[in-house]
Amino acid sequence: MTTAETSRRTFMKGAAATAAAAFVVGLTPNGALAAASPGTANGGNITPFVKITADGKIFAIVKHFEMGQGTTTGLTTLIAEELGVSMDEIDYEFAPADAGRYNNLLFGKIQGTGGSTAIANSYNQYRQAGAAARHMLLGAAAEAWGVEASTLTLEAGQIVGAGQSAPIAEFVAAAAKRTAPESPTLKDPRDFTLIGNPDVARRDNSGKINGTAPFAMDVQLDGQMVVVLKRPPRFRATATSIDATDAKDVPGFIDAKILPNKAGVVIYADKTWAAFSARDAVSVTWDFSNAESRSSDAIRQQLIDAVNAPAQFDVTSDNTVSDVAGLIEGADKVVEETFYFPYLAHAPMEPLNCTIEPQKDGSIILHDGCQMPTGVQGALGKILGLDPAQVAINTLYAGGSFGRRATPSMDYPVEAALAFSMTDRTRPVKLVWSREDDLAGGYYRPAFAHKVRIGLNGAGKIVGWDHRIAGQSIFKDTLFEGFMVKDGVDNSSVEGAHGSPYAIPGHYIGLSDAKPATSVNWWRSVGHSHTAYVMECMMDSAAMASGRDPVDFRMDYLANGTKDQQRIAGVLKLAAEKANWGTPPGAGRARGIAVHKSFGSFVAEVVEVARSSDDAISIEKVTCAVDCGVAVNPDVIRAQIEGGVGYGIGHVMRNEITLDGGEVVQWNFPDYEPLRIGDIKAIETHIVPSDEDPTGIGEPGTPPAGPALANAIAALGTRVTSLPMIKNGVGFA
Amino acid sequence: MAFSLTLNGKTLDVDATPGTPLLWVLRDDLKMTGTKFGCGISACGACTVHLDGQPVRSCQTYIDDVGDAEITTIEGLNTPIGNAVQQAWAELDVVQCGYCQSGQIMQAVGLLSGAPKPSVDEIESAMSGNACRCATYQRIRAAVQRASEIMEA
Repeated sequence: MTTAETSRRTFMKGAAATAAAAFVVGLTPNGALAAASPGTANGGNITPFVKITADGKIFAIVKHFEMGQGTTTGLTTLIAEELGVSMDEIDYEFAPADAGRYNNLLFGKIQGTGGSTAIANSYNQYRQAGAAARHMLLGAAAEAWGVEASTLTLEAGQIVGAGQSAPIAEFVAAAAKRTAPESPTLKDPRDFTLIGNPDVARRDNSGKINGTAPFAMDVQLDGQMVVVLKRPPRFRATATSIDATDAKDVPGFIDAKILPNKAGVVIYADKTWAAFSARDAVSVTWDFSNAESRSSDAIRQQLIDAVNAPAQFDVTSDNTVSDVAGLIEGADKVVEETFYFPYLAHAPMEPLNCTIEPQKDGSIILHDGCQMPTGVQGALGKILGLDPAQVAINTLYAGGSFGRRATPSMDYPVEAALAFSMTDRTRPVKLVWSREDDLAGGYYRPAFAHKVRIGLNGAGKIVGWDHRIAGQSIFKDTLFEGFMVKDGVDNSSVEGAHGSPYAIPGHYIGLSDAKPATSVNWWRSVGHSHTAYVMECMMDSAAMASGRDPVDFRMDYLANGTKDQQRIAGVLKLAAEKANWGTPPGAGRARGIAVHKSFGSFVAEVVEVARSSDDAISIEKVTCAVDCGVAVNPDVIRAQIEGGVGYGIGHVMRNEITLDGGEVVQWNFPDYEPLRIGDIKAIETHIVPSDEDPTGIGEPGTPPAGPALANAIAALGTRVTSLPMIKNGVGFA
Repeated sequence: MAFSLTLNGKTLDVDATPGTPLLWVLRDDLKMTGTKFGCGISACGACTVHLDGQPVRSCQTYIDDVGDAEITTIEGLNTPIGNAVQQAWAELDVVQCGYCQSGQIMQAVGLLSGAPKPSVDEIESAMSGNACRCATYQRIRAAVQRASEIMEA
C-alpha cells in the first residue's frame, strides 16, 4: 500500500519526472523574452517554454495537451532545433494550468488546445525560447574560455570552439545568471536539421507501446471512490426520486445521490465495476415535463423546412438574396441539391473521466486529460468555493478527443466536482463514463441541413450560387459567443462556405438557427465537417452539369491570384497528379476529388473506389496533398492527415446519432460502428514545401475526405446528399 | 473472494468480487492499467489480453472463468514476437493518442504467433475487431508486416 503522494509520483513516472530548473526561458506578459532562475521561475511573471536543470537536462514545457495530435513532438522539436541539441537530449513536461501565462494566442486569455492551433501559435514562441537559451549557454562558455561567443557553436549538446568542447551541463549555472537576449537570431530554415526532418520520431511512443503512458483513466489513488452517473433517458429530464435498495446488494456500492441540478444521479462505489453494477440496480423516477420529446426525423424536417424558407440571417453582404434569385432565374441551367447531416458523437477511445483529489488545505488536484485547463479551474472553483489557483491540474495524456474533452460548460469535470461536493471531501472522486454514456451524452456535432441552387450560363459558368444553411449554433449562449458570433451569425455554422477561397459570382449565404434539441459541440473541423461536403459536392455537380472535368472546373474559380487561391490550387493540382487523375481509373472504378481550406491549411484529397459485382463500394486509395506552411514534423503531419481522412470517411460512411421520442437510439459501438482496418486500403500523403508559418494539421484532413468519397461514388452514378451513406443507398464492402 | 491467477509468468492471489470482468480485476484490483477500457462489450478490442497465448477481450472474460489459464498483459509482453511487434510499432510511429494500442499490440502478437507471415487479408481480418478512433490503421497494417520481417531476420 502506498500513500497517495507516492502513488501519484509512481503514476507520473511515464511522463517526464519533475526536476528543478536551473533556469527557464520564456515570455513576460508583454511578450518579451526573459529568463528566470529558481525562486523567480514560479514567482516571477514569466511563461517558461524551456527548462534547463543544473545537470544539463533540457525540457520543453508543453502548454497544449496531447490527444494524439503530436504536440509533444512538435513543441519539443522547436526547442531542440534552436537550442542545438538532438531529440535524444530533450524531454518534455506538461505545463501547469495558468491562463495568464499559457494563454493560446489565438483564443485570447484562455489556456486551451483546439482549432488546430498548437503549432501555429507556438512556432515563434518556442523557437525564440530555444534560441535564447542557446545564446545564454554560449555566452557563459565564451566567458569561461575567454573567447568571443560568436566563435562557439552548440551542437548535439556540446559547446564546441576555441579548440575545446564541453557538455552544456558545465555552463548551466553561469548561464542562469545571464540575461536573455531580446531577440536572438533564429536559425535560417535552410539550416534546420530537426524541423522538417521526416526521421524525427514521435516523443510519446514508448509509453504508449508498453502500456505505461499515463492516461487519466489510469489514475489509481488510495481511497478513491469511483462515481458513475445514471443519466436521464431524454435530454433535459430531471431526477425526482431514487430507489437504491437493490444496489445495496452490490459489493463495493457506497451511495446514490441526486445531483444538485437534478440532471442525473451519482452512484458512488469503491471500484469501477461496482459502480457500473450498482448503476444498473438503482431505479430513478424522472420528470419529463421539460424533456426533449422530438425524434430526429422531426428535427431533420424542421431543418429542411428552414433551408426552404427565407433565412434568419444574411451571411454574405455583397449580394442580396433577391439579386441572386434574379441571377439564377436568368441562368441556362440550375443545379439544386438539399443536404442533411446527422448529429455525430466524437467517441474518443478513452471514455471521458477525471479524478478530483482533495488536499489537506482544502485545495484540489484535478487529474485529467485536460483540454481547457483554465476554463476548468474557474468552473470547479465556483462549484467548490475555491479560488481558481486552488484547483491544480495534472494534465495527463488524453485518449483522443476530437473536440469532446473541451466543452463550453466544462461538462464532465463539472460532473465530477458536483459529485465530489456532495461528499465529505476526504476521499478522491474518480468520475468514469461508459461508452453508453459517451454516445448518449450529448455535445454532438450539430445536425445541419443545407440547400444550394447554382445557376450556370450557356458556357457552363456559374452566374449565381444561393446557399441556405440551418442548424443549431455551437457558440451562442456560451462564454465564447463574443469570439464566434457576429451580427447573429455563428461563424462556426457557416465557416468553409463563407470565406471560401473560390471566387464565386453571385454568391449568397443565408443562415437559420435551429431550436436546440440537445447539447452540441465542436467536433473535429467544426463547421467545415458539413460545409466542405456541400461546397465540394456542389462544385462537382456543377462541373458535371457543365460537362467539365472537376479539377479544371474548380480552377476557373481559383484564378484571381490571391495567395489562398494559389495555395489551394497548388494542393488540388498536386493531389490530382499523384492520383493519376488524367488517366482512366479502370472498369468498375471511379475517383472523386475535393479540396478545402480550414484552420489556415489547404488539403486536397482524391478517393479512388471500386464497385464489386454486388454493388458494394470499397475504398481503394486516398491520395492527399497538404500545404500547412513549414512542415515541423512531416511524419506527424502525414499521421494527422491519415487520421483526419479516416475520421471523415468513417462518419460519412455509417455514423449518426438519432433520437426516438427524445431518446438517443445508439447504445454502444455496434450502433456507432467505428471505421475499421479494412475500410480504407491505402492513404498516401504529399506535403507541399513551404516557407509560410505553420498552420493547423489536426483537423484539416477531415473536411475534404467525405466529399471526395461522395464525388467518387457520384461518378459511379449515385449522388449522396443525406448522411450517413449506408442509410442512403450505398453499401460498402 | 480470493482467486489464484497466473499473470505474466507469476502466480498471485487477488481478492475480487465474483463476476467481475478480468479487465477490472487487472485495472482496479491489481492496478495494472496498461489494459484499457473502451466499450465493455467486446466491440473495440482495447482490453485485449492473452489467455494461454490466445487474444481475448478481458471486458467479457469473467474472473471466475479464468481458472489456471496463463494471463499475459501488455506489461508482461516480453517474448521475441512481442518485442518485434513493439519495435515495429516504434519504427513506424504508429501511435497517436495511444489508448487503443495495448490492445492492438496484443491482438497483433496473437496473430503473428499463429501466422508468422500473414497476408494483408489475414491482417485485416485478425485486426478488424480492434478499433482505433485516431484511425492509425494504415500504420498498424504496415507495422504487422514489419514485425513479421523482424521476426524472420
